[in-house]
Amino acid sequence: MSITIKEVEHIANLSRLAISEEEKGKMADTLGKILHFAQELQELDVENVAPTTHPQPLKNVLREDVSREWLSQEEALSHAPDQENGQFRVPAVMEG
Amino acid sequence: MSLLNASIRELHTKIISKEIKPSELAAASLERIQATDGKIKAFLHIAAEEAMERAKALDEQVHDIRQRSATGDLSHLLFGIPGAIKDNLNTKGLPTTAASKILANYTSAYDATAVDRLNKENYVLVGKTNMDEFAMGSSGENSGYFPTHNPWDLERVPGGSSSGSAAAVSAGQVLFALGSDTGGSIRQPAAYTGVVGLKPTYGLVSRFGLISYASSLDQIGPFTQTVEDAAVVLQAIAGHDPHDSTSANVAVPRYLDALTGDIKGLRIALPSEYFEEGLDPAVRAEVEKAIRVLESLGATVGQVSLPHTKYALAAYYLIAPAEASSNLARFDGVRYGVRTEADTLVEMYKQTRAQGFGEEVKRRIMLGTYALSSGYYDAYYLRAQKTRTLIKQDFDHVFASYDVILSPTAPTTAFKIGAKVEDPVTMYLNDIYTIPVNLAGIPAISVPCGLADGLPVGLQLIGKAFDETTLLRVAHAYETARGAMPRAML
Repeated sequence: MSITIKEVEHIANLSRLAISEEEKGKMADTLGKILHFAQELQELDVENVAPTTHPQPLKNVLREDVSREWLSQEEALSHAPDQENGQFRVPAVMEG
Repeated sequence: MSLLNASIRELHTKIISKEIKPSELAAASLERIQATDGKIKAFLHIAAEEAMERAKALDEQVHDIRQRSATGDLSHLLFGIPGAIKDNLNTKGLPTTAASKILANYTSAYDATAVDRLNKENYVLVGKTNMDEFAMGSSGENSGYFPTHNPWDLERVPGGSSSGSAAAVSAGQVLFALGSDTGGSIRQPAAYTGVVGLKPTYGLVSRFGLISYASSLDQIGPFTQTVEDAAVVLQAIAGHDPHDSTSANVAVPRYLDALTGDIKGLRIALPSEYFEEGLDPAVRAEVEKAIRVLESLGATVGQVSLPHTKYALAAYYLIAPAEASSNLARFDGVRYGVRTEADTLVEMYKQTRAQGFGEEVKRRIMLGTYALSSGYYDAYYLRAQKTRTLIKQDFDHVFASYDVILSPTAPTTAFKIGAKVEDPVTMYLNDIYTIPVNLAGIPAISVPCGLADGLPVGLQLIGKAFDETTLLRVAHAYETARGAMPRAML
């Protein structure tokens, strides 16, 4: 199983990770090795097996829709790298 | 000899009889850290002032606790006991970084539920422990700050990802520490450093306030010197929490009552797949001695097969990264953490994450993203989830006729720092005996069972879901029969 540099660039973009040329080569190599290792799952017959998404049976957990004390706006914003008027501030969403 | 060289219950007795004060214990812990952590590097943050202030306040409350203790109330056994918390658990007012540079400037806004419950018992938090970044690693070497060293041999790793929590207990810096275990991150470092490490059943301990790695696998548990201490800490942190929708609504038994020493008639399963090629013969020899000890206590032993064991590692390294790629999307430089400035929002995300995450974290995010991406989902992620079903069924079959499963915790003893960093797959093989347990969501404990070439070996006992009582009973009976283990010499 090998991963091309083009695939690495595509996955890095989906992962929202900037990646250097040097990292691309190394990542292609190590991801390829791990996926090669994962190939052994292909030999299993899982045709009639249901997937397990969770170790314990899960049910919807409901509660009354009532407000309670939690972080204040000030506390919630206290770690923001940038903020303005009680809101998180980010760079331009659109280019240009 | 340090004041800390005692069990939690022994120290509790001394505290309520006013033989020692909480402040003296906190001072002893901080002194031990001061003397040894330059070499071990178990801590990312030492909360010396806060710990002393807290402990001195507790000095004034001993009388109340003494009265409660006299009525048989065991809910304050951790009163005044110094403990440490893995740095992926939120601790209000203290740094929480998950050993990542992306959270270098982060201070917790609230307490994780497990931490909150320890606070209610009035333990004394002395610091936050080092770890593999975001709990991704098996050696502690993936910390974004510095590696932790094994107290038994400073040139060796302490295991991971809960590297600092294991090392801190092993070096006698604290009585107990909390860790998290996604694929073996409590049990494997416990084995490598000669301490007890317990991964509870998925859902027994609330994950609220734990920085998520793989949400269907993560579980919080204790590191301690003894099985009894593990029972005490588990008692404090176990139980339903409305803040975690995956928290199980089950009654929590009194774990200390389980430590009867009686395991006559207990049925122990030995899975042949856990004793095959790859297991260090010196580790095998110590585990086999432990089996004979258990037989001498009246347990019966049978050979079984867990036929899908060989597929667990591959399934894990698709499922865990897939969940991680989603969980770690929140670290984007918007609400908290470090931001790398850029002209556009998407470029800011990409630069922030490229600068903030270490190599292994990036690798797992990308691996998970790939496994979930269009065209590969069925071949990788869905197939891994189906494999998970087969692994779970393997355990169900064995537990129909056995009480516990016994194995080594890890195939080798602690390896040299730097020995495996270049090859991720070789590093992943360390977790071959611990990973199936997380996939099945069942509990397991690692107990020291001897030394191989002077390094600790861990015995793993795996139990049925929510049957920590049996695990603790067997582990305690074994530990008592085994006798005292040597401590790391520092």
